[in-house]
Amino acid sequence: MTEGKCEAMKKLQEVSFALDEVRLFLDTHPFDKEALAYYENFRSEREKALSEYETAYGPIEQYRVKENTMWYWVHCPWPWEGAM
Amino acid sequence: MWTYERRLQFPVKISTPNPKMAQLIISQFGGPDGELAASMRYLSQRYSMPYKEITGLLTDIGTEELAHMEIISAIVYQLTKNLTAEDLKTSGFDAYYIDHTTGLWPQAAGGIPFNSCFFQSKGDALTDLTEDLAAEQKARTTYDNILRLVTDPEIVEPIRFLREREVIHFQRFGEALVRVQEHMDAKNFYAMNPELDKIMS
Repeated sequence: MTEGKCEAMKKLQEVSFALDEVRLFLDTHPFDKEALAYYENFRSEREKALSEYETAYGPIEQYRVKENTMWYWVHCPWPWEGAM
Repeated sequence: MWTYERRLQFPVKISTPNPKMAQLIISQFGGPDGELAASMRYLSQRYSMPYKEITGLLTDIGTEELAHMEIISAIVYQLTKNLTAEDLKTSGFDAYYIDHTTGLWPQAAGGIPFNSCFFQSKGDALTDLTEDLAAEQKARTTYDNILRLVTDPEIVEPIRFLREREVIHFQRFGEALVRVQEHMDAKNFYAMNPELDKIMS
């Protein structure tokens, strides 16, 4: 795994985790303004990180796999292989 | 429905296989306090939960537990790569190997197969949330037990992350229990079952 790919995955994991964490908090504090702003900030950060990763290194989300000359979904490493 | 996201919630990259550790850590896949039981517990309990915010919490934590099951599975998979016959004989992984080779199969550290009796879905909000609080603590204790035996930092890091998540889930379920109690008769929380009897809110 190249350094760039590694960094792009790390960024995606970090911003996604921020959302995983605040989502649970919002479930039990649905009107918390600070948490809502935090969520909105990381939601757009994740959009950006996801697009950057997928454009450069291949699909992350099933519904976002783009048509290409081949079915890339099965040709990228799987996450448990230790490459990302 | 669910969609698959092709990444781990927390990275797992283990350079040195260790089948003995795999044999122990697999408990958090299919053992009594493992991630499979956790996920099935919350995703089963949510249907009859009468309070929307708690149904949401059970859905979201149940989904996160599936991601944790994948992290544990990745750890076990990487710990059992490239094993020699000698490794198998001396590591204590031999009994598992006979039945499953190095395939992933949900079992406890002691070899007991996964069983849905590891969790409850009781159809009573107070009962289920009390179970969930205990479940998160039991999982946290199991991770603490694992951490006392693991020295390889490449194993320690993802296990520590998973342990932290148990603490967070415990906090969220604690808040959920308070939310349910706010809907109940303050003189006797147990006067009725909010999932079955008329909700007095």
